[in-house]
Amino acid sequence: MELLANLALGFTTALSPTNLLLAFVGCLVGTLVGVLPGVGPIATIAMLMPLTLKVDPTGALIMLAGIYYGAQYGGSTTAILVNMPGEVTAVVTAIDGHEMAKQGRAGTALGVAALGSFFAGTVATLVIAAIGAPLTRLALLFGPAEYFGLMVFGLGLAVVLARGSVLKAVIMVVLGLLLATVGTDLETGQDRLTLGIAELSDGVDFAVLAMGVFGIAEILRNLENPESRNVAIAQIGRLLPSREELRRCFAPVLRATGIGSVLGILPGNGAVLGPFASYALEKKLAKDPSRFGRGAIEGVAGPESANNAGAQTSFIPLLTLGIPPNAVMALMVGAMTIHGLIPGPQVMTKHPSLFWGMIASMWIGNLLLLIINLPLIGLWVRLLKVPYRLMFTTILLFCAIGIYSINNNPYDVYFTAFFGLAGYVFIKLGLEPAPMLLGFVLGKLMEEKLRQALALSEGSFMTFVERPVAATLLALAAAVMLVAVLPAVSRSRQKAFQE
Amino acid sequence: MKRILSLFVLSLLASAAVAQPYPSRPVTIIVPFAAGGPTDIIARISGEYFSKALGQQFVVENVAGAGGTTGITRGAQSKPDGYTLMMGHMGTHGAAPALYANLKYDPAKDFTPIGLVAGTPILIVARKDFPAANLKEFIAKVKDPAAKVKQAHAGVGSVSYTTCTLLTSQLGAKSIVAAYRGTGPALNDLVGGQVDYMCDQIVNLVEQVRGGSIRAYAIATPERSPALPDVPTTKEAGLPQYQVSAWNALFAPKGLPNDVHQKLAETLSKALDDAATRKRLLDLGSVIPDQAGRSPQALQKLVESEVARWNPILKAAQ
Repeated sequence: MELLANLALGFTTALSPTNLLLAFVGCLVGTLVGVLPGVGPIATIAMLMPLTLKVDPTGALIMLAGIYYGAQYGGSTTAILVNMPGEVTAVVTAIDGHEMAKQGRAGTALGVAALGSFFAGTVATLVIAAIGAPLTRLALLFGPAEYFGLMVFGLGLAVVLARGSVLKAVIMVVLGLLLATVGTDLETGQDRLTLGIAELSDGVDFAVLAMGVFGIAEILRNLENPESRNVAIAQIGRLLPSREELRRCFAPVLRATGIGSVLGILPGNGAVLGPFASYALEKKLAKDPSRFGRGAIEGVAGPESANNAGAQTSFIPLLTLGIPPNAVMALMVGAMTIHGLIPGPQVMTKHPSLFWGMIASMWIGNLLLLIINLPLIGLWVRLLKVPYRLMFTTILLFCAIGIYSINNNPYDVYFTAFFGLAGYVFIKLGLEPAPMLLGFVLGKLMEEKLRQALALSEGSFMTFVERPVAATLLALAAAVMLVAVLPAVSRSRQKAFQE
Repeated sequence: MKRILSLFVLSLLASAAVAQPYPSRPVTIIVPFAAGGPTDIIARISGEYFSKALGQQFVVENVAGAGGTTGITRGAQSKPDGYTLMMGHMGTHGAAPALYANLKYDPAKDFTPIGLVAGTPILIVARKDFPAANLKEFIAKVKDPAAKVKQAHAGVGSVSYTTCTLLTSQLGAKSIVAAYRGTGPALNDLVGGQVDYMCDQIVNLVEQVRGGSIRAYAIATPERSPALPDVPTTKEAGLPQYQVSAWNALFAPKGLPNDVHQKLAETLSKALDDAATRKRLLDLGSVIPDQAGRSPQALQKLVESEVARWNPILKAAQ
């Protein structure tokens, strides 16, 4: 009953004409800016934050949340259309989403991403409203040792993610881990692997790496044989997923929503694992795993849903503890603080209309996103018809602008070009970039958490065994890796016997 | 005809001389940290007053990296025309020379100091069930090697690192130290009880202290903060030598023209007297400098004394 009263309070706040307009403007502007290749939610929010300064705190937060969802969805759009994931979570979408676009099914991919996101967003909003506060305890249960276990588990997923050989996937994961060690050492402050380049002292930016090995490399490959590209894009196909396709996506979306919601609550950006976990799970469950990586619709629907569910539930630590779990939420804290409202454990009791208004606006934001984006799909898809010689130059231009705007740093643009060349070499060698990016993301967190756990245990590795949650996660990780590697091993053994 | 022409030329010359009073176009304030952090917020609040008072937009540009030194390096190398300013802070203009061997600027020599904007008090906080009732008991625990007290900080070079290093060096104690990337993750593990204590700016901790998810032992300012009136000062609690603040101050590159310098310093002082701006800064728990503390000369002195203060402490810790 209390829940209903709270939600009623929330919806009265969020549905006031001003707040509704702010949510709409936020979603729209977020989508339009986020669709610039390379511009993810963080850059978009930082750019648009001044817009919210004139509004009251609740309205400003509602608008910022709208910008967040919009930018995130915009990121998926570029991942699908031009293979440019601007942020971690869109990497997985790019794998099958862009394949679909090449087959003339861009509309279907965008449509199913929007619908899956909406469903996941709705469920996640309910989760936050109903059990957000008690779930906070789960976040606090996760210390460095537990988190390390989870990251190792995530590495297991990287191997499943790969299309081809397990060995090549492992090589790419290790390369990603190595790239993650570039930059200032966390404990000593010393530069590592920076080659004396001052601009590398904060490490490689994720967007820089992803834009390069995915987007730029893709452009280089297309320029090699322009004909095939133009033929593929000439057929647009239907704009919305068919009933059969929707039916096939139902279960993956459901599973992904669960996975994404749980991982989103964890501190330290657990949400990034959601799409990877969903993709790996669907690939394992699929009757024909070989479809994945060649335009499987489940490979878009699942990760996109997990992504959006996680984006939503990652508000929980912010709203119940006042602690931001990732960089986007840290920006939200900043925005709240500028408005004279420092988030803390008492937001819920001290500012109930803000708290519940925000939760209600999450759902409204998701609905608005659907309303804004379904009609836009036609426009985005039509963009693909632009002759490629015009399109790739435009993409490169916007990509450079987007990359520059992340840190206002020209070196990032050079680094992107470098990783573009590297990505081209990977394509030629048959190496896939996705496992490398997962290794890169997990590598940073893993090293941090490993060293924190060992610092706190004074160097004793027993901490990973003594703490039950950490031990369980590590055991699970071992199991996942075994499952992933065993078929490959037995296959090669079979081959050996045949010969 | 000649006369008209010469009048015209004269008036052109005159207008060229007077028609461009500073500022005639938008001004960039480089914030050397990510958007949303304490320094960014202080820059945005004061920037808003500057925009209103001087009739041009004062735009915040976040150039984060290497503990703030990336943005300040870029600012120091920009043209001293008043259109590029920097929000420097205790780290970039105090601790940085001790932390970064290849620092490309000298905090005391490469800038035109404009004025101190706000000081952010430092709190000593611990997990809520830490077995010490007050600062004295806390200090006893930290000094006791058998207690194995665990400290968290937000990364080498961060405010929480430098200020806690000052604390342990004054106490002559050695804690078990876990490094995090940013205050958020460190605070998360403090609330979760994975670590025992940390030091950081009041604005980052105030709501968790009020909500009871962590406890504050002392605030390192001469007077108590209106934001947390129950928290004693370090002087009251028995550690008077621990006085430290994460101050933020406005700088321009070296060689700023005198008239522009004066205008900016005066506007800053007016901003700090403006009721709305004051309130917003005070809400953050900031301490606003008095008249004497706002002058460019006072800032220059502060920078010099801070560089001298941090150098031995941080070098010894590394």
